[in-house]
Amino acid sequence: MSYLHSIGAYFIMIKDTFVKPTKGRVLSDLIFKEIDDLIIGSLGIVAFISFFVGGVVAIQTALNLNNPLIPKSLIGFAARQSVILEFAPTFISIIMAGKVGSFITSSIGTMRVTEQIDALEVMGINSLNYLIFPKIVAMLVYPFVIAIAMFLGIIGAYTAAVYGGFTSNDAFLSGLQEDFIPFQLFYAFFKTFLFAFLLATIPSYHGYFMRGGALEVGKASTTSFVWTSVAIILVNFIVTQLLLS
Amino acid sequence: MIEVKNIRKGFGDVEVLKGFSTTFKPGQTNLIIGQSGSGKTVFLKTMLGLHKPDSGQIIYNGNAYSDLNEEQQRDLREQIGMVFQGSALFDSMTVEENIAFPLKMFTKMKKKERIARANEVIQRVNLENANHKLPSEISGGMQKRVAIARAIVNNPKYLFCDEPNSGLDPNTATVIDNLIREITIEYDITTIINTHDMNSVMEIGDHIVYLQKGHLAWEGTRHEIFKTDNKDVTNFVYSSNLFKMVREAQNAK
Repeated sequence: MSYLHSIGAYFIMIKDTFVKPTKGRVLSDLIFKEIDDLIIGSLGIVAFISFFVGGVVAIQTALNLNNPLIPKSLIGFAARQSVILEFAPTFISIIMAGKVGSFITSSIGTMRVTEQIDALEVMGINSLNYLIFPKIVAMLVYPFVIAIAMFLGIIGAYTAAVYGGFTSNDAFLSGLQEDFIPFQLFYAFFKTFLFAFLLATIPSYHGYFMRGGALEVGKASTTSFVWTSVAIILVNFIVTQLLLS
Repeated sequence: MIEVKNIRKGFGDVEVLKGFSTTFKPGQTNLIIGQSGSGKTVFLKTMLGLHKPDSGQIIYNGNAYSDLNEEQQRDLREQIGMVFQGSALFDSMTVEENIAFPLKMFTKMKKKERIARANEVIQRVNLENANHKLPSEISGGMQKRVAIARAIVNNPKYLFCDEPNSGLDPNTATVIDNLIREITIEYDITTIINTHDMNSVMEIGDHIVYLQKGHLAWEGTRHEIFKTDNKDVTNFVYSSNLFKMVREAQNAK
């Protein structure tokens, strides 16, 4: 029953986030600040992970190609498919649930514990709109992060495969372009938008409705990471079923 | 002026405010005192509109809060300043930004005007050289001053303070008490302070409301509280060793 209550409270929170909007001038400042905190601040770790995981995907594929009948171009093909379809949108989003999600939960949770949210409410400000709406808008930029992850993932795969001596430049590039279906990019970015929404709202929910002190802020961050990851995996499964099967 | 009429508020089966009435006048410091669990905080939050009363009314200058529509309630809240127990300053903003925040949210003032007004209030609460510091970089007493400055920057008609002295040393607590009293008189604000600090009662208690188990057990002034026959109030007042010693010394004379 408590799960149903939480799901209901989550959707009511989302509805209330879009009413009684904060002043435009204030909101635009908040949005830019959130873009800086949530997006720009995540680029480094996303770039690092993408490059090296792309490289590992290429090496793993190359090491498993024992049959001489299978062309080496498969390394480029496998790297492209893994990076674009799953690694960049889903795997990076789960990492972001840890990085961005924990940040959101702990910052809003701390505001709850230290009565800053009560202060906003007493002033007549819709604290949900003030705190969560800018995060949702900022996360609209998130697909650019995923685009960068895709690009760097493939560059990492290329570097590992070609400079590691597993395949030639031509074979890799030919595999990269083989059987490319543009709809798969649409699928990847479509689910990225959904993940962005989940990344902004689920951690916000856990921060906003937490009760207790500093210890509970920590617990809320962990819970938020778990539930955001679960939601991302479930949505990924549903969207994949609907769009690709 | 704030009138409270037969206010009741419960949570589940527990009735916290058990139906009482009182009036808080402008230009005087109204204190709500009582033991922990007596319903002080619930009463304060109910007056602020953070809790909806089960029955009864809170009337702000003749307008019952429950009769106001959402927009009117929002307008009313803009006339309210609140000093929280832990100051509730926004961590990510500097002292100056914290104080100017209500102006940014509710007025059409330009940045220069907002900063000028914030500085005016900063001077009023005797905060020096702290404009560009973050709340974490200043002392507890200074944080309380910033909270008071933020509460009064938009010229509120009502000022609510929840335990404004908690965590402060006696000297700083007295300074904060006197500051609140001066501001109350200067701006003719209806000030309501939630406290269990007997020093505050002695310093600034123009009108004191004593709550016990959700009932209004006694009300009067700081002069009357030491003469009352109400045993509950007497027990509360003389629970402090200091006051007990003073009473014993007076009795010995």
